[in-house]
Amino acid sequence: MAADRACVIAWLQRAGAALHEQREYLTSLDAAIGDADHGTNMDRGFKAVLEKLPTVAEADIGTILKTVGTTLVSTVGGASGPLYGTAFLRAGMALAGKQDLEPADLVTGLAAAVEGIMARGKAQRGEKTMVDALGPALDALQAKVAAGASQDEALQAAVAAAEAGMTTTIPMLATKGRASYLGERSVGHQDPGATSAALLLRTMLNG
Amino acid sequence: MAVGLVVVSHSAQLAEGVVELAGQMARGQVRLEAAGGADDGTLGTSIAKVTNAIAKADSSDGVLVLVDLGSAALVAEMAIEQLPSARRARIRLTSAPLVEGAVVAAVEASIGSSLDQVAATAEQAAHLDKLSRRA
Repeated sequence: MAADRACVIAWLQRAGAALHEQREYLTSLDAAIGDADHGTNMDRGFKAVLEKLPTVAEADIGTILKTVGTTLVSTVGGASGPLYGTAFLRAGMALAGKQDLEPADLVTGLAAAVEGIMARGKAQRGEKTMVDALGPALDALQAKVAAGASQDEALQAAVAAAEAGMTTTIPMLATKGRASYLGERSVGHQDPGATSAALLLRTMLNG
Repeated sequence: MAVGLVVVSHSAQLAEGVVELAGQMARGQVRLEAAGGADDGTLGTSIAKVTNAIAKADSSDGVLVLVDLGSAALVAEMAIEQLPSARRARIRLTSAPLVEGAVVAAVEASIGSSLDQVAATAEQAAHLDKLSRRA
């Protein structure tokens, strides 16, 4: 079954609610190895996104995602704004004009988003960033969709891979972002960006 | 007019302070703009502040953008990409050290050097030996 515009909007609303609920947790992860603002920043950004959603209620999915991107760029603050903003902008461009998303479109959208984040942050896997959650999620989604899995099954696999990827950041040495200034002391902490990325994917379920 | 300078910092006070210090060397010949702090004034970076500062610093001779930490570079890069392409070509982001880079860039810009020269001088500031200079 394809995901329509209403599914996308419902996902964004669940994402906003989850980020609001988890804001203190995300900020506490960021306090350990960063600047202790990730939860607050993401919550502020998605609050602005939710306020913007009514203006694109009749738009195609690409336009909705691009609007999310531009809103995040200007409201999140810090590096996460440009990173998540670029992800949504690229996904929106890749899905321009779409009224419904087939499983293959989910792969196209997530691939564009991950590529955008990697280019913007000049980041690869293994550097203790959101890429460590999103990269494995994309691989899992791609594999499931190629094997003809249902949308639900493919998303379940993507979320599981993202959450596994998120925990692999714990022993990693940060070489990107604020945590990289901590050097060896960044080891032993879960990356807040990988955590919010996994959370965003998790909220795609039940859609 | 001369090449303009934009100082991007997570701290509004730091950005203002660097502008003040570099401004002393520029003798009123250079447009120096601070883009410090998040939109609400707390520690952070703001695309809107960077965009506005670039607009104010921009004469037809170009702008050099200096940053304090990596995420400020990321934000500045995005602000520059969003400019119309005609203007984007004369805006340059540098990895130069914030304080020394701004000071030497201000001097270089004040004598009417090109954006390329100002950027090269700022980058060389990474190798300045402060202990032998003592001034």
